[in-house]
Amino acid sequence: MSLDKATVRNIAELARIEVRDDELDHLAGELSGILTFVEQLAEVNTDGVDPMSSVADITLPMRQDVITDGGYAEAVLANATDAVREDEGGFFTVPKVVE
Amino acid sequence: MAFIIQGETGDWEVVIGLEVHAQVISNSKLFSGAPTEFGGDPNNQVSFVDAGFPGMLPVINEKCVEQAVRTGLGLKAKVNLKSVFARKNYFYADLPQGYQISQYDLPIIGEGTLLIDLDDGTTRAIGIERLHLEQDAGKSIHDQHPSKSFIDLNRSGVALMEIVSKPDMRSPEEAGAYLTKLRTILRYLGTCDGNMQEGSMRCDANVSVRPVGSTELRTRCEIKNVNSIRFVQQAIEYEARRHIDVYENGGEIKQETRLFDSVKGETRSMRSKEHAHDYRYFPDPDLLPLVISQELVDGIKATLPELPDEKKARFMSEYGLNSYDSGVMVAEKDSAEFFEVVAKGRDGKTAANWVMGDFFATMNSKPEYNWANPPVSAENLGKMIDLIKDGTISTRLAKDVFIFMVESGKDPATIVEEKGLKQVTDTGAIEKAIADVFAANPDKVAEVKAGKDKLMGWFVGQVMKATQGKANPGMLNELIAKKFKE
Amino acid sequence: MTKLTNLTIADALSGLSKGDFSAVELTQAHLDSMAAKRELNAYITETPELALEEAKASDARRAAGKAGSLDGIPLGIKDLFCTKGVLTTAASHILDGFKPQYESTVSQKLKDAGSVTLGKLNLDEFAMGSANITSYHGNVENPWKSKSEPAKKLVPGGSSGGSAAAVAARIAMGATGTDTGGSIRQPAAFCGITGIKPTYGRCSRWGIVAFASSLDQAGPMARTVKDTALLLNAMAGHDPKDSTSAPVAVPDFAAALTGDIRGLKVGIPKEYRPDGLSDEVNKVWEQGIEWLKAAGATPVEISLPHTKYALPTYYIVAPAEASSNLARYDGVRFGLRVEGKTLDDMYKKTRAAGFGAEVRRRIMIGTYVLSAGYYDAYYTKAQKVRRLIAEDFTKAFKDVDVILTPTAPSAAFGIGDNTDDPVTMWLNDVFTIPTSLAGLPGLSLPAGLNADGLPLGLQLIGRPFDEETVFKVAGVMESAAGFTAVPEGV
Repeated sequence: MSLDKATVRNIAELARIEVRDDELDHLAGELSGILTFVEQLAEVNTDGVDPMSSVADITLPMRQDVITDGGYAEAVLANATDAVREDEGGFFTVPKVVE
Repeated sequence: MAFIIQGETGDWEVVIGLEVHAQVISNSKLFSGAPTEFGGDPNNQVSFVDAGFPGMLPVINEKCVEQAVRTGLGLKAKVNLKSVFARKNYFYADLPQGYQISQYDLPIIGEGTLLIDLDDGTTRAIGIERLHLEQDAGKSIHDQHPSKSFIDLNRSGVALMEIVSKPDMRSPEEAGAYLTKLRTILRYLGTCDGNMQEGSMRCDANVSVRPVGSTELRTRCEIKNVNSIRFVQQAIEYEARRHIDVYENGGEIKQETRLFDSVKGETRSMRSKEHAHDYRYFPDPDLLPLVISQELVDGIKATLPELPDEKKARFMSEYGLNSYDSGVMVAEKDSAEFFEVVAKGRDGKTAANWVMGDFFATMNSKPEYNWANPPVSAENLGKMIDLIKDGTISTRLAKDVFIFMVESGKDPATIVEEKGLKQVTDTGAIEKAIADVFAANPDKVAEVKAGKDKLMGWFVGQVMKATQGKANPGMLNELIAKKFKE
Repeated sequence: MTKLTNLTIADALSGLSKGDFSAVELTQAHLDSMAAKRELNAYITETPELALEEAKASDARRAAGKAGSLDGIPLGIKDLFCTKGVLTTAASHILDGFKPQYESTVSQKLKDAGSVTLGKLNLDEFAMGSANITSYHGNVENPWKSKSEPAKKLVPGGSSGGSAAAVAARIAMGATGTDTGGSIRQPAAFCGITGIKPTYGRCSRWGIVAFASSLDQAGPMARTVKDTALLLNAMAGHDPKDSTSAPVAVPDFAAALTGDIRGLKVGIPKEYRPDGLSDEVNKVWEQGIEWLKAAGATPVEISLPHTKYALPTYYIVAPAEASSNLARYDGVRFGLRVEGKTLDDMYKKTRAAGFGAEVRRRIMIGTYVLSAGYYDAYYTKAQKVRRLIAEDFTKAFKDVDVILTPTAPSAAFGIGDNTDDPVTMWLNDVFTIPTSLAGLPGLSLPAGLNADGLPLGLQLIGRPFDEETVFKVAGVMESAAGFTAVPEGV
């Protein structure tokens, strides 16, 4: 599969990674090469085969509805650039979003 | 009676589907042990898992699973013993992981039904498409700073049930009835408190229109996060008319997500949703398929309370209530339970009148009254009705007794005793009171005898006053009428 | 007396318990050798104060008779494990300054066993690579040098390149690694040490920076099979905080080293001998078969027919999961933030600046294969082929007890070789990836040196949760191989 620049731009948008215009061609080439490589899977007959999303042969374990976590706003905010602290707790900040 | 919008080129009908996000009642979050309580210092109800830190992993809360099953059973829906969690991938400031854990191909609950009660007394079945569990996002606050938005992740990870209806509704009234009924059922089940103002129940409305008689499904628009039933109805009406306008002017409706501006009463396009979202759903590799046992489902089924539709039917047959009164009484499980204590062994209609009348009025009059602290206990109200039935007090006197019960909290018999509110049924006493009033007002007596019937009411009022309101009204009317005939 | 840094973990534990030396002495010896070998760039963060503190505490515990199973043993921790209060970078610019407020389950278990933390080891960025040449904190050098070009810097393999190089260079007694497609086994082979990727679910993933959730596994790397087993004893165990963690008991892996493999059947997959398999690798594989025969095992030719599709399967599944797992690196709550005019602008600039080229490539491939219209053709298809690959192994294990293959298609190559085409670099993992897709335990141990004096490794693959058989066979091979070579200058 050969990807064109528009598709690469779209993927970059979905992935929220800025790609400069002068990088698009090279990136499109690399990604196209990778896709061509993985496309050999089309040769495999997978009729009647269930997709495997986990190798773990167990079902989902559940936990009891008890409060065992939270209550440490300071630790949660500790690594944030530009966090705003209040008397109790605080906020993360981001550039203002307009709906 | 169908809801039809008359356009310029013809008649149109509206096709409505509703997606409700209902916050699950549980102590801790869907995939983390942080608390779910509303309010609380910002970011203080957040675990590292909820904040999407590196290396963090989800573990599912069994209570949330049970609440979803409970709700599914309450909606007469299919419970899928095996369901799968999928990641819905998108970027937003209140979504720390960059994806929401939700369910896509295999939700926990499948198709069901909800009966809605319409104003004309009829019911209609609305199809439920599915119910699935998913994480709620955090909250963005945009008005605290000129150039920054503040993010509080307390709500991030709280369990939501997304309940999707089939596009079976055809009017704003039906949409309102659906939301009302759904809310009632959720509150009955104790799976969601249905508080739309606080955001524990949110509604997205999907609206399209089509010419009357057509069966096609045209492009719909989604109006997101409307937080009251009234606004949902307004939004639907506005949006339907907007679509009709576009079509009648030869245009096409673009599929998009919109917001309802409740101040202007309009919908408008959501800026952040302008790009088509490709959520790239795939099964969450951190979570294995959820498998629940039939035993678990049966166990939950056995603990379901009597639901509003069943209760309403039973109130009608057992207590002789009409459809409307019964509907009012079962709207909240607490009011239904209160009513039953009052009505047990008594006349249902009388009980209903007192509960829906004086009692509800008093309940709503002060904020401190609620079901945990009612103005009058159900037992006392019931006893008061007994006193009316056995003639100790008249309905008129009961109104005073009711007020005294509210003020003092004492039982009705004590109040009647203390305040001397027994009704007067002694014929002799009433006759004497009538005679006194007649004697004091000979000119008015003559007027009545001359044909001014309306004045009779004045005489009744005077005698009632003379007996401090205690005369038995029936006897009083009878005796006055007799006296005038003399 | 053996230099302290040359001891095995087993011998060091013995020495500590006999009082031949203290934990502080053992740790100090390692800190000194770390300082002398900084040119390898194996460590991103050294934690000497912490290490000496822990060593002191260890000596106190030992004196009080309360020594744990690894008490006093100095280890390096791959910088993919979140360590509380200690910089954790995943070798990425996007995690600049990140000091976790929590400790990963596996590294905590090692601490609970009494081990000492020397520092955080270098790796390929976000564990994506097979040569440790994608780290934001610089390449890692393999302590081994080729005889023909002794000045040439060689790759240690990846992604756990820092871990492998440190253990080989004796600047850690053992190390943790993670393995998603071969990232423990391949660098172990390139650096002449032993490493095991346990069965998926054997070790907890909680607190490990996620790359591909259905493939990632933590595992030990050390200089002997026994040392590796001792480390795995401490690292493994069910963790209720990880829903994919297996609720199975942890056997004593070291006790499995009975030395007796008579009657065992060893599978030799014919598909692991493609055209163009180098002679030297073929030779060491044949040698391995002979050793096992001599020990009483029977080689059995088996077929794993879908082997050649493992690489393309992996390069759909792993990037897909990674594209989602790495969405949280957005500058909001931790790590690098590049300011932007809008939220999206900030995301795009932060992630463009923060991620290296290989990571970006994989995120974009992953995003593409999950996107609307392509999901079925790529992702669903890959998940189906994955099942076929896993079933190949299940069928084979009806006839054999363990499988023997080469670990890598070559010995360590030069830093700077093979960098033009991403796919060529990926071929390094051709022998290790199938095991990861099937979730099976896979161990690599050094089998010998090639003509150029560089180590070659052999891989043993076992049934799910049968690390014991894998260890047992590895122990026998290790004795037979008699690999005693050490890198020059160590």
